[in-house]
Amino acid sequence: MRPAERHEVDEVDPVERVDDLDELELLDRADDLDDGEDAVTPDPHDAAVELLIESAPAGCYDEERPRPEPTPDEAALADAGAVEVLRRGLAATPELREGVAFTIGLAIISAAGKLAVPVLIQQIVDKGIRGDSGFRPGFVYGWAAIGAVTLVGLYLLARLTYVRMVRATQSGLLGLRMRVFEHVHRLSVAEHNEQRRGALVARVTSDVDTLAQFTDWGMVQWIVDSVVIVGAFGVMAVYDWRLTLQTLLIFAPLAVFLPMLQRRQLAAQDEVRDAVGETFSEVAESITGASVVRAYALEGRTNSRLRAAIDRQFRARVRAQAYVAFMFPLSDLFGALALGAAVATGVAWGGGWGLEVGELVAFLFLIGVLLNPVAEITEVLDRTQIALAGWRKLLGVLATPIDVAEPAEPTDLPFGPLAIDVEAMCFAYRDGTPVLEDVDLTLPAGARVAVVGETGSGKTTFAKLLCRLADPIAGTVNVGGIDLRATTATARRRAIRLVPQDGFLFNTTVGENVRLGRPAAGDDEVREAFIALDLCWWLDDLPLGLATPVGERGGNLSVGERQIVALARAQLGDPGLLVLDEATSAVDPETERALTEALARLAEGRTMVSIAHRLSTAEAADVVVVFDAGRVVEQGPHADLVAAGGVYAKLYASWLGSTRRNGDDPGDDD
Amino acid sequence: MLRRGVTLLWDGARTHPRPFSLAASGAALYALMAVGASIVLGRVTDAVVTPGLGGEGVATTTIVAGALAIVAVALLRSIGVVFRRYYGGRTSWEMQRTWFLRVVRTYLAVPLEYFGRHPTGTLLAHADADVERAVNPLQPLPFSLAALLIVVTATVTLAVVDPVLMLVGIALFPALAVMNRVYTRRIERPAAEIQARTGDVSAIAHESFDGALIVKTLGLETREQDRLHHAAEGLRVASVTAGRYRGTFEPALDTLPSLGIVVLLAIGSWRVSTGALTIGGLVQAMALFEVLAFPTRVVGFLLEELPRGVVAVDRLRGVLATPARALPADGQGTPLPAGPLPLELDQVAFAYHGRAGRGHRGDRRGSAGTPVLDECTLAVAPGEVVALVAATGSGKSTLCHLVAHLLDPDAGAIRVGGIDLATADPASVRRGVALAFQEPFLFVASLRDNLTFGEPVAEADVAWALEVARADRFVAHLPHQLEHVVGERGVTLSGGQRQRLALARALLRKPGLLLLDDATSAVDPVIEQQILGNLRRSLSTTTLIVAHRLSTIALADRVLFLNGGRIAASGRHDELAATVPAYAALARAYEQDEAAA
Repeated sequence: MRPAERHEVDEVDPVERVDDLDELELLDRADDLDDGEDAVTPDPHDAAVELLIESAPAGCYDEERPRPEPTPDEAALADAGAVEVLRRGLAATPELREGVAFTIGLAIISAAGKLAVPVLIQQIVDKGIRGDSGFRPGFVYGWAAIGAVTLVGLYLLARLTYVRMVRATQSGLLGLRMRVFEHVHRLSVAEHNEQRRGALVARVTSDVDTLAQFTDWGMVQWIVDSVVIVGAFGVMAVYDWRLTLQTLLIFAPLAVFLPMLQRRQLAAQDEVRDAVGETFSEVAESITGASVVRAYALEGRTNSRLRAAIDRQFRARVRAQAYVAFMFPLSDLFGALALGAAVATGVAWGGGWGLEVGELVAFLFLIGVLLNPVAEITEVLDRTQIALAGWRKLLGVLATPIDVAEPAEPTDLPFGPLAIDVEAMCFAYRDGTPVLEDVDLTLPAGARVAVVGETGSGKTTFAKLLCRLADPIAGTVNVGGIDLRATTATARRRAIRLVPQDGFLFNTTVGENVRLGRPAAGDDEVREAFIALDLCWWLDDLPLGLATPVGERGGNLSVGERQIVALARAQLGDPGLLVLDEATSAVDPETERALTEALARLAEGRTMVSIAHRLSTAEAADVVVVFDAGRVVEQGPHADLVAAGGVYAKLYASWLGSTRRNGDDPGDDD
Repeated sequence: MLRRGVTLLWDGARTHPRPFSLAASGAALYALMAVGASIVLGRVTDAVVTPGLGGEGVATTTIVAGALAIVAVALLRSIGVVFRRYYGGRTSWEMQRTWFLRVVRTYLAVPLEYFGRHPTGTLLAHADADVERAVNPLQPLPFSLAALLIVVTATVTLAVVDPVLMLVGIALFPALAVMNRVYTRRIERPAAEIQARTGDVSAIAHESFDGALIVKTLGLETREQDRLHHAAEGLRVASVTAGRYRGTFEPALDTLPSLGIVVLLAIGSWRVSTGALTIGGLVQAMALFEVLAFPTRVVGFLLEELPRGVVAVDRLRGVLATPARALPADGQGTPLPAGPLPLELDQVAFAYHGRAGRGHRGDRRGSAGTPVLDECTLAVAPGEVVALVAATGSGKSTLCHLVAHLLDPDAGAIRVGGIDLATADPASVRRGVALAFQEPFLFVASLRDNLTFGEPVAEADVAWALEVARADRFVAHLPHQLEHVVGERGVTLSGGQRQRLALARALLRKPGLLLLDDATSAVDPVIEQQILGNLRRSLSTTTLIVAHRLSTIALADRVLFLNGGRIAASGRHDELAATVPAYAALARAYEQDEAAA
């Protein structure tokens, strides 16, 4: 008889462990607590770990983050049923098809191994020991030998099949991961935002990982369990159909109870996750707010808040534990009922049905074989759902059309400063929200242009269209006299450079980050870029010069320093059109001054379009372009626009703070 | 390692004896009943099944008794499992709570400097991953104890059934244990590799999509694909390696007991034929083999979890060993006088020791151990408004923290109201000296709570503080005014608004010495002027302002120029600008900044 808990162990292999969180990741998560940036699907590993350690999984902080709504492209497949997902998934990942074939083979082999033993017991007991001719050594040893050889053979076959299956599925998943990653980078970034980015990261990471766990283990388990259940009942029916029917009826209530308990237990787990998240943010608060806690002697108050969170987590865990504790013995108990009933019925009436001793004993062992898969299958089905959901989302990404297509006969862009000519241009997000409408604009080569407007006026989108990060839905954007849709990506990268405000840096050295502006450049040229911008002093001040690591997302550098690197990178690229999304974050005065000067040098001999957040940029520009609600409402030199008394004049007045000086500002005056 | 592991387990059991002993009892009941079930099955085979189907016939009461015995044993076993699981979990959760509280208590008691020395991530990891790992080994503990009991009782019962069959068992148990051990050892490396590569993939995807704009504008797609492919290929290789071990060992661990049963059948049949064994005895032995397959694995999990737990406990003990800041108790020590307080620094020296940095500017250049302040001497008269001016990263904030008594100087004395802070009553220092920080920290709580921290404060005082800090209007426009709950770390309010709230919080105590550490840097210059004007008019206090706006500096009675860790010059702004070149250079930078902003 197999105790029901056997599956707690079968489930788990040492690979499936709670992730060790490294410190950076934790920091990251602490940050994410407030921006809810990341979408992380529940990790089915937890379920496995839980089975091993007999209790609810401990911290999984990424899961309390709110999950973003499905984006339109993902929604397209949201209605697809499991079979449809499987069909499309296998079409998109042909390598997996081979994996599925191996999986089914493996399941049949494993099931055969599990069913072989009871059959062997029956044969030997009925024919080898209790047969008409009594003990038949030849028969017994012969069958035992056959049994042993079969088991070893099935083992070798299972091993071979499993390894081939893992090879096939892992190749498939690698291909799938790369395809999704590649596809994401080919999508337009016009609609990128924090939430969407988080969701995309989850596609390439946790969704594929979930699928990997499923293909490596869950899928096998699912099919093995099904085959074992069907097979065991089949063999039972051969011995006696009445006992089989009785056993089925006894197990039937489990089909109701187990999913019910499972649901409750999952709800309890959600509560645990909430409580864990709460504890985590309380602890984070006590660390990041350490100085306030001390300055105001809030130790007692902080302590009681922490205690409350810790207690809540404890209670939630204990509650979840109760479900875990009761759920697993349940199938064991039903198994015992089935055993007792089989013995009673089998002995009382079996003789009349022609039931042999060995057959009944084998029947009892078969009930034992059933326990594990029966207890397990609810959970495996649950995991299947999760894996399919992930797969569905992956397919959704792949199904998203690429909206910036390369031209068949591309044109190069001229060298030197580039003029801009925008004609009747409109742009809308894929969901139809209009962003820019009827934009007509002519800007001479070499001009310094400031684009201003309220948040949401479309000025940032305009900048992205100038770099062809998206295509207009109507009208044209001509740069250097050429429609951007006719240009090559290579030409655009050489001639047009966007310097985003966040000063994003890769986690490598200062030098490598600058070199991305022109990968062929040598260290001398990288250094020259700094010299040209008069930023060499900054470089010389770095402990390792160009080789100084910038840290994750440039975290070792201040905001201003990251901008310095971004400017040097732009300088190295030597573009004819520079599109600058100005930073809004505060920079210390020394760096600020250097940046202003470097920017002036960088602009020399190029057309520069700045998405301006500062008054000084607009004041210094040759032309100011004013966006309002997706349209260009004004353009001209600063002084003219101020004198005109329109939208710009109002913006200018609020910049100067004159409205606040009058004291009529309603409140949000920063 | 094993000895320390045992200490860890014993510590958990001893700290929470009640749940642990209940779990252990449950485990014992479970173990005995697991073996008991095989005995019952054997007996039922001999007493019910064989005679019943063999033609001898059997009484109905015997049949019923047999069936009931099977169910009863299973019921007891289930009860054992419930206790083992529930209280086993409870033990570890109790222990987790114990560790949480220990760590948290330490965090609240250690000096502020501790937080500068350790990155936030590390500190969070102690309270999260380390605590988790420290309690993880407790979870498989009751089951492991049950496993040992099962092996012992199973061996004994096998010996009673048939000594020959026991020999087969004795051969099987160690084989299972060894195979399991080899398995966990082998898979350790690929498992760690999988984890590392999964982390790589995630880091690259994160970075790559965060920088999607840069990737696109610089045409780095191929480079990014290569990077991801490299990591993902590593992950694939590791997964396949792990899969090979899993494919080798998992079915083997399944097959081994089955093979044992085949051997039992062969030998057992012969023993049955000689009359040394009944069929029931054989059935019992076979059932036992099925029971035995997994407890050996549970012990394996415990052994695997233990080293991690021991390392985590070591780290946690390191945290707990951090000495708390030595301060007189509240109410002890000399109280500060009332009214505007004079401030004196006498030869004050301070250095951060082993600072890891928390993102403060200037930390990158490795300031560990470098003195921030050195022989810093200054005096501020009661009621004076003094601007403290210094280049970025030259110790302005440190000086403010020292004066607010959040840090202790390495040498020298700080006197507020004539009292050395080292001997002053901490409660009176907190009342008398208020520091408004540059990065205002707001708790996830209502604004009122963030201002008063639950102390009973008159409504008029709150209104006054908000008004002086020019926070009154925007608070009035919030949907719930003072009951507005701050989003996590104050994200729903702008930087300037948060600064003004933090300032109001400091003002609420009507301090005799007010320290503004760049506390209005994010506030609009016009508003800042109004606030500083309000301060002068409605609060009788000594004020030290760290500032880098000329307009702010101009408002001060006097300017202190901090350079090279000491006060390099003191006087009016225009005097210093004319006579001190380093100050003049800094002032010029501020001027240009202001022109640009």
